[in-house]
Amino acid sequence: MATRKKRRTVGLSDSLTVKRSQSDSPTVRLSDHRVIGRALRKIDATAKVTGATIFADDLFFPRMLYAKLLRSPHPHAKILRVDVAKAARLAGVRAVLTGKDLPIPFGILPVSQDEHALAPDKVRFVGDPVAAVAATSEDVATAALDLITVEYEPLRPVPDAEDAVAHPEPRIHDYGDGGNLHKLIHLEFGDVETGFAAADLVREDLFFYEGSTHLPMEQHAAVAQWSADRKLTVWSSTQTPHYVHRALAKVLELPPARIRVIATPNGGGFGGKSDPFSHEIVVAKLAMVTGRPVKITLTREEVFYCHRGRHPTLMWIKTGVTKDGAITAMHFKSLLDGGGYGSYGVASTYYTGALQTVTYPVARYKFQGARAFTNKPPCGPKRGHGTPQPRYALEVHLDKLAEQLGADPAELRLKHLVPPNSLTANYLRVGSMGLGACLEKVVAGSEWKRKFRKLPPGKGVGLACSSYICGAGLPIYWNNMPHSGVQLKCDRGGGVTVFCGSTEIGQGSDSILAYIVAEVLGLDPFEIAVVTADTDLTPVDLGSYSSRVTLMTGNAAIQAAERAKEILAGHAAQKLEIPATRVVFAGGRVFDAEDPKHGMAFAEAVQVAEAAQGTIGTVGSYTPPRSAAKYRGGGVGPSPAYSYSAAVAEVDVDPDTGIVTVPRIWIAHDIGQSINAAAVMGQVEGSVYMGLGEALMEEMAYRGNRNVVHKIPSLLEYKSPTTLEMCDVVTYLVEDPDPSGPFGAKEVGQGPLLPVPPAIANAVYDAVGVRVDEVPITPEKVLKALKKKTKGEEGRVGPTRFPDIPWPEPIRVPPPWEGGDGGAVPVAAAALERQH
Amino acid sequence: MPDPKATISFELNGEPATLAFAPHKTLLEVLREDAGLTGTKHGCELGECGTCTVLLDGTPVLSCLLLGLACAGHRVTTVEGMAAGGQLHPLQDAFAELGAAQCGYCTPAFLLAAQALLAVEPRPSRAAIKQALAGNLCRCTGYLKIYEAVELAAARLRGEDATPARETLYGHA
Repeated sequence: MATRKKRRTVGLSDSLTVKRSQSDSPTVRLSDHRVIGRALRKIDATAKVTGATIFADDLFFPRMLYAKLLRSPHPHAKILRVDVAKAARLAGVRAVLTGKDLPIPFGILPVSQDEHALAPDKVRFVGDPVAAVAATSEDVATAALDLITVEYEPLRPVPDAEDAVAHPEPRIHDYGDGGNLHKLIHLEFGDVETGFAAADLVREDLFFYEGSTHLPMEQHAAVAQWSADRKLTVWSSTQTPHYVHRALAKVLELPPARIRVIATPNGGGFGGKSDPFSHEIVVAKLAMVTGRPVKITLTREEVFYCHRGRHPTLMWIKTGVTKDGAITAMHFKSLLDGGGYGSYGVASTYYTGALQTVTYPVARYKFQGARAFTNKPPCGPKRGHGTPQPRYALEVHLDKLAEQLGADPAELRLKHLVPPNSLTANYLRVGSMGLGACLEKVVAGSEWKRKFRKLPPGKGVGLACSSYICGAGLPIYWNNMPHSGVQLKCDRGGGVTVFCGSTEIGQGSDSILAYIVAEVLGLDPFEIAVVTADTDLTPVDLGSYSSRVTLMTGNAAIQAAERAKEILAGHAAQKLEIPATRVVFAGGRVFDAEDPKHGMAFAEAVQVAEAAQGTIGTVGSYTPPRSAAKYRGGGVGPSPAYSYSAAVAEVDVDPDTGIVTVPRIWIAHDIGQSINAAAVMGQVEGSVYMGLGEALMEEMAYRGNRNVVHKIPSLLEYKSPTTLEMCDVVTYLVEDPDPSGPFGAKEVGQGPLLPVPPAIANAVYDAVGVRVDEVPITPEKVLKALKKKTKGEEGRVGPTRFPDIPWPEPIRVPPPWEGGDGGAVPVAAAALERQH
Repeated sequence: MPDPKATISFELNGEPATLAFAPHKTLLEVLREDAGLTGTKHGCELGECGTCTVLLDGTPVLSCLLLGLACAGHRVTTVEGMAAGGQLHPLQDAFAELGAAQCGYCTPAFLLAAQALLAVEPRPSRAAIKQALAGNLCRCTGYLKIYEAVELAAARLRGEDATPARETLYGHA
């Protein structure tokens, strides 16, 4: 393999050489990034391609027991009696637990502590855990489940959100906003009726976005160990070890100091491993009861029951525009099918109304959102969390508005972009805003003007835009501590170790820490040691969700590294007898900017500093800026920065079969600044892939009868795109650095999914002239719409009504341009008080 | 009662191996639990996702559907057998270079399926790569970096001094 030997293992050494030779010149261009932006390997790439990465199920301990969960066969039932005596007597069974063993409820949000590790008195979906067994083998544990008898009293199940609105009784939970409605939201930013009256065109549309699931290739797994000194360690494939830590402490009634949670690298997350789960608490309890390590690995079917995926969402949107397309008012309503528990649902519901305002200026905005409890696996945060549904609705709605106005949908959007450094009607503070550049890229690249409304029948192009948060402005539970912390240790051998609570789920968060510290300290990122996601060792990072990690851990890492640099530079300057301002860190050396040969190795700089002041370690942390939104509910939507995406999809629609194929998608993403361009490319392509799946085939489907059983809890029957369905992707990265991001970086993990479903829906219309106002856009729906069109009816398939919902009085918040200060007007506050 | 164990001998990653295990165990279970080779992963254990792919006499098989006993006398290759003498296989190297492994969970299976393809087709078309990998699901990458990595590795295995295209790593201008 001569060619292989010739190649370097990392692509960095030659760059450092270049920089070193540059530094021989008297002026060193310190602003040039050595690491940031480059398409480097991830620091864990070799482990990933050799199978060396240890996932949770790869952990084996001596004397380890295996756990299994008994799950409810009923969608909604009271538990009358659980008999575990026979199971407990089975040879090899070491412990059996039921709901009474874990009576304390938990949940990810403080306002929805509505889950139990094992249901004590009631089950709320087919798959709800009722009992657990630990045994010497998985086979014995499985056999033991068959020996447990549970007596149920079935209750009327609620199969979907509209049924929940129509049937307040029997209630699934005894809390919420009445009947089977979990949460009702009503926010008004200016008087929309005035805005509609001022419009030249007002249009209303209804849309439905089906639920879908994350489908990570790795099934959830957790291992727990209870030590002789009464300390608990839990390894889990979780995206949020800090929240698991809190839930374990609460339910097990242990001091957090006695619990160590280690998030193993996740074999895919996409939001599906962001809640504390029943199985994590159960293995912990089983380890405590048996005194032995206990492992649980969920079957694929069980992963479908854990779910927490995309909420099925019914939406109604009404928008008023002037002749040139300026939005005078928008009114948006959403009804979310939440499933059996709260999960992140309150936040999800707010998110369906939060980001409509950050792409195109909306002068007056009204949002009404409702989440219903239903007897299905709980919905929660999936990539894009609550925003792909409204984004799909908004972008298809705009396509229809553009057609009515006789405007090109790309030009219409380009004319009306939210300006950078501005405040929206709902008080979201937009920083850098690269959507215009994104639009121009995909319009030119796709030859939009040559194709739109001009392709032969059956072929079409569609366009859509989107925006996403770079981390939530507020934490999940109220506190005023940082969202992300980093500790940094400098070893006298020259090694630097970064400690951070962030969780590697394949997105590259470990690598981001190494690149950033290497950039600041002039080191090779592949020599940085990274320790993450271990509550004993690493400072808290809130977790891998809301596209927060690069921005927040990145800023914390910069702060820690800059502090280390300052310490080292001070002592090096003394030794070199130069001013500290002239000390440069590059190429593994610390030297004089004016005389690069005058310097020392980085290791020597650490030694000099350590001799002078002792062990060298620093910390950094990051807290998002205070939000401009002061109204109740204003906690969802604010973010330090917003990423932007634009996409053009090209489709072929077969009018005989209704099958939609997507040969290519052009997508441009405003990343602010790439930390690693190749990693950014991977996130964009992966997002397009997931958006394609949601647009065309993915759906959580349940039997229509009263059983509410998941139709297809398997990887074969839950259709997701294979290599044969995946489209070509032409990606453009737009770099418009945002002052809030580390080196200007914004998110990329979630945003690029958002424009894909609406772009495909709009392209289907361009191809065959029918509107499928409901995803997934299946062949059946396309054919139905085509048949209706042939019969002279409206060529449309989609929802036809939005149910009456007992909305509360609105919280009225005047927008900034109507003299508002971000707070609600008092009368609404009073009305709200009456409501509760 | 512990299950009675069966003993088989076979070639595992180029070395002779003799393992004793309960006879109902799948090759997947034997590899992970009895041979200690956890590089082979599982996504469904029903033959649906391709994640447990290994090579049996050079041909990709789903180790979750194959009994361990069926491997007696055969040649089994797992991801642990791809790198030789601490040197990554060109496919592994290209996957690492392009970010074709994100979470890395499906990666061992893709690598082995691709290795089997390149063994019979050193210059595969994009369509042939898609076809060869159609039985393997990946939820992270959208497959594109995987195709590009297979193409890059194929070129290097043919002795070409191939480098990734700029738009692969940095996007289009």
